[in-house]
Amino acid sequence: MPSEYLGVLIFLMVATAFSIGALVLGEFFRLRRPYAEKLMPYESGNIPVGEPHMRFSVKFYIIAMLFVVFDVEAVFLYPWAVVFDKIGLYAFVEMVIFIVILFVGYIYAWRKEAFVWD
Amino acid sequence: MISSVTSFLASFVGEPMADMILNIVIILIKVAVVIVGTLLHVAYATYWERKVIGHMQLRLGPREVGPFGLLQPFADGVKLFFKEDIIPADADKPIFYLAPVIFFTSALTSLSVLPFFDGFAVANINVGLLFLLAMSSLGAYGIVMSGWSAGSKYSFLGGLRSASQVISYEIAMGLSLVGVMIMAGSLNLTEIVRAQYNYPTGFYAIPQILGFFVFFVAMFAETNRLPFDLPEAESELVAGYFTEYSGFRFAMFFLGEYTGMLIMSSIGTVCFLGGWTLPKFVMEALPFLSELPNFVWIVVFLAKVYVFMFLFYWVRATLPRYRYDQLMNIGWKLLIPLALVNVVFSGTLKIMGWF
Repeated sequence: MPSEYLGVLIFLMVATAFSIGALVLGEFFRLRRPYAEKLMPYESGNIPVGEPHMRFSVKFYIIAMLFVVFDVEAVFLYPWAVVFDKIGLYAFVEMVIFIVILFVGYIYAWRKEAFVWD
Repeated sequence: MISSVTSFLASFVGEPMADMILNIVIILIKVAVVIVGTLLHVAYATYWERKVIGHMQLRLGPREVGPFGLLQPFADGVKLFFKEDIIPADADKPIFYLAPVIFFTSALTSLSVLPFFDGFAVANINVGLLFLLAMSSLGAYGIVMSGWSAGSKYSFLGGLRSASQVISYEIAMGLSLVGVMIMAGSLNLTEIVRAQYNYPTGFYAIPQILGFFVFFVAMFAETNRLPFDLPEAESELVAGYFTEYSGFRFAMFFLGEYTGMLIMSSIGTVCFLGGWTLPKFVMEALPFLSELPNFVWIVVFLAKVYVFMFLFYWVRATLPRYRYDQLMNIGWKLLIPLALVNVVFSGTLKIMGWF
């Protein structure tokens, strides 16, 4: 039923038009009186110190990489779950093996302290 | 009446074109109804939250604007609309402009696949659940972009925290829904509700108690709500990724967050609490209920959504905020293994014919 996707497309267009339209419309009513202090980044009233884009923990990269692995796994599970009734025991055993392999990787990541935050 | 309109149009542009135009007009009307209804719900969700939390803290909440403070959301909306739109000098302007639009639009577009009652969904697509998860991931782009572009340390840290939190809990949430898919055999939200209605217990929350638990916890983290609101922890990061936003752009983040809460509540309702239906044994005990017209059932759907919304407020008023390492530990070391166990468990029971 590809015609159903027309609804999604129209919804997306209306939602985008609504959010941009409200912003543009507001431009006609808003005051705009900028001055240097107002345009400073907020740092509790002090003059900002150092770079805003500071260095951050490498842990965030590790989380992002693990996310890719596990999210792809979840996406593999969806079609399998939907046709579960039709494919029977064979595919079930296969998927259990798949999950077990991933679980080994998960244990490995755990042992390598990918989930330790301090 | 519709057929006469079609034939009138067909005399100008031909039969297939007329059908298509009519189709688009019907969709546009549905879209308008859904968006207006949602925005009103979001407006009053903020009012309701302030009332609930106020009373839980022995205060009264808003009460000055209109009777019982009922006009407060409109007063806030008008105020934010006319406020100055401050663009910080250090901001990366195109990204700064775009971030709230992406955040808000992706939250709103999720609504297109939700079935509010039998036969009413703007787009009844057969991968509805996948679409909802995809849209909630798109919202993370808005968060990362706003955090990066604002040129402020608070925004940057908030965006970073929020991105890693949202993606971590998305895995748990995605896996917790696999059990529902196994039981319903579909990703179409309407089909999931129908399968649930035909299931003996009515609600999947009972056989899928483990999945429901994982979903319920992940729901709070996905919407950046307390007790997992580290990205916008007031006492540490001012307002997190939208610190530098003001006026209507701030309002868009605010509306997007509340729309996100409504959507998470709706996913919970559709996947675990039977959507617009009551369990079959209730319907059989009270046969007059099946005489009711379709659209009345939106009341049941909304009632279940309100239960979830109330739980959001209740949890906010009750629990303190978690530490960041605790948040990550819950996500990665508790919820993901639990969700995986739930998948294997559901599959085994289904193979044995118990589900």
